[in-house]
Amino acid sequence: MLTLTALDWLILLLSFAFVLGIAWKLKSRIKTGQDFLGAGRSLPAWICGLAFAGASTGALEVVGMGAAGARFGLAAAHFYWLGAIPAMLFLGVFMMPVYYGSKARSVAEFLGLRFDGKTRLLHAVLYLAVMIASAGISLFLMARVLQGLHLFDVPFRIAGLSPQGFLPVLVVFLAAVVLAYVLLGGLVASMYNQVLQFLLLVAGFAPMVFLGLRSVGGWSGLQDDVPASALHAWQGNGSPMGIEMVGLGLGLGFVLAAASFCMDQRVVQTALAAKDVESARKTPMIAAIPRLLLPFLLVLPGLIAIALPTPHTTTQERIEGGSIFRTTAVVQPEAEAGLGLVPAKVDPATGRPMLKASGQAVLDYDMATPNLLLRFLPTGLLGLGLAALLASFMGGMAACVTAFNIVFTRDIYEAFLRKDAGDAHSLKVGRWAAVGCVLLSIGTALAAVQFNSILDALELVFAVVMAPLVATVLLGMFWKRATGHGAFAGLLAGTVAALLHHGLTLPMDAHPGLHGGWITVVHSYPSDLAQNVWTALFAFSASFLVTVAVSLATTARPEAELRGLVYQLTPRKANKVWWKRPEALAVAILLVVIALNFYFA
Amino acid sequence: MNFDLRVAVGWMFLLIGLLLGFFGFASKDNPALWLHSLGIDVDLWWGLVLAAFGLTMLALGKQAQKQAETALTAPVKGKGRRVR
Repeated sequence: MLTLTALDWLILLLSFAFVLGIAWKLKSRIKTGQDFLGAGRSLPAWICGLAFAGASTGALEVVGMGAAGARFGLAAAHFYWLGAIPAMLFLGVFMMPVYYGSKARSVAEFLGLRFDGKTRLLHAVLYLAVMIASAGISLFLMARVLQGLHLFDVPFRIAGLSPQGFLPVLVVFLAAVVLAYVLLGGLVASMYNQVLQFLLLVAGFAPMVFLGLRSVGGWSGLQDDVPASALHAWQGNGSPMGIEMVGLGLGLGFVLAAASFCMDQRVVQTALAAKDVESARKTPMIAAIPRLLLPFLLVLPGLIAIALPTPHTTTQERIEGGSIFRTTAVVQPEAEAGLGLVPAKVDPATGRPMLKASGQAVLDYDMATPNLLLRFLPTGLLGLGLAALLASFMGGMAACVTAFNIVFTRDIYEAFLRKDAGDAHSLKVGRWAAVGCVLLSIGTALAAVQFNSILDALELVFAVVMAPLVATVLLGMFWKRATGHGAFAGLLAGTVAALLHHGLTLPMDAHPGLHGGWITVVHSYPSDLAQNVWTALFAFSASFLVTVAVSLATTARPEAELRGLVYQLTPRKANKVWWKRPEALAVAILLVVIALNFYFA
Repeated sequence: MNFDLRVAVGWMFLLIGLLLGFFGFASKDNPALWLHSLGIDVDLWWGLVLAAFGLTMLALGKQAQKQAETALTAPVKGKGRRVR
């Protein structure tokens, strides 16, 4: 069995020391609530851009995209080339001048400025729930992956803990590290660390992909080992990932992409910390550049994992000096029942691999990337790979905690509970909000340890809350006529529509309940992903239609009040040198993304 | 406040790179260690790459810090050209 050597531990500790050290150095910078909750609009574009990238590559993404690569092949690149980059460019070109110019410190505050207090409060409250769910899932996922790697079995056994005792301890430890550096250095520390963590992710995963690809015989070798359609993003199957073209283009490429990259406080706050509007606009674009190549770092490992031979228990005989030696390499039954390096899921009750009704094993795709790390990285690099995995997790989790902080303090506490809260008071509230967020997410993660099915419900929360918001923000930003009553009604209607849609539909092979169909099943989708995408589409459409209808029936605010809050009424300054403008960068990235889509079609 | 993130990033990658590089160099004749990595001494090569990256970041960060310091202590005199 693989264990970590002193060198691995040293590298792991070094990376943790730098993460905490950066926060310690920044501690003296945090004197006011504004320092803690915002970065004081002082950071250069490259830091904000890489922090944006780090905030959006949490554990869910790193583990989940490897899983998607193993399940769907290169079609999972749609999450980047279709479902991320265009939205990020749109944010930089069209939305950021308004966000930044409005002086709002959060997306919820922008809603308050553009619409009214009730819309702000409704979104803020729902958003806090998303953050708890999201932080809880990533905590749980990370702890489960670490447990699945069996790398910490030895130190835990020395500490007298049974393997079952791992998960809670790991969950609490991981959460405590993130909380420590957020408390010390606030948003700046979180963003600086996201930069560091993103670079660590690249440094740790690149050698794994290189070695993995080499061992299957390069790209052409990979073509021989996986189904032909798995290496194409568009071709091969009429409905990639079980989603037909309308759902893919509008649901994933537009609604979910905009929800994740244009309206999510976790990423928008990194751009709002930039020193000027031009840096803020460049932030998502700078983040888009490494994201163009992330499929090769995050999706490809999943493909390589299923291309490799499935391990089996083997016995080798050799004769040395007349005596026969038999060496048996024992493989865990769950690995033997798996596909390539993707193991089967283990039934916690029996300890045996779980089987579908058809007799096939239920695969644990989440282990694809982590197992590839274990398979190819030698001692030393394994420590770095593990540090990369943990870094990605911490970056994503810190994004949740800081976003929770800001929204709770600015948009709920200061705006509604204590309107006279002074700055010192806000600083205290912000710190306690961070503690509260971490405690609640630990609770969520531990609940998920107890009841695994909670996980599916948590993943739903994002689509239910964020998809309606896409219509609200877009209409608010680009349509002068949209009113506060309209936005509030739309947001509410969209959320209800999302829940209704979920209650009425079910993905194939699922039982009514947490997966949907809890009212009655009127339609079934080929995959859970397809269902999720259509939930988002329904939520968006309902929100859009209701907002428009109610807005037209109510009186609009005078144009003078909307100056700086609507795109058409926001003054814009353009850099004289055309190629230095953010637009030029956006067009260049767009051309590359189109080329990538065609090349890997 | 004079803290350039590139310095921290630089130090971290320099240290990790050197650790990996030294280990890789010291055990380059121990093929059992590199069974996982297809017989390639990746610790040595990747260590060198990371150390080089760290050094570059460190140099850039230190340079920027120095400039920030001179700008603070000695404000631009007359019409002296600003060094970027």
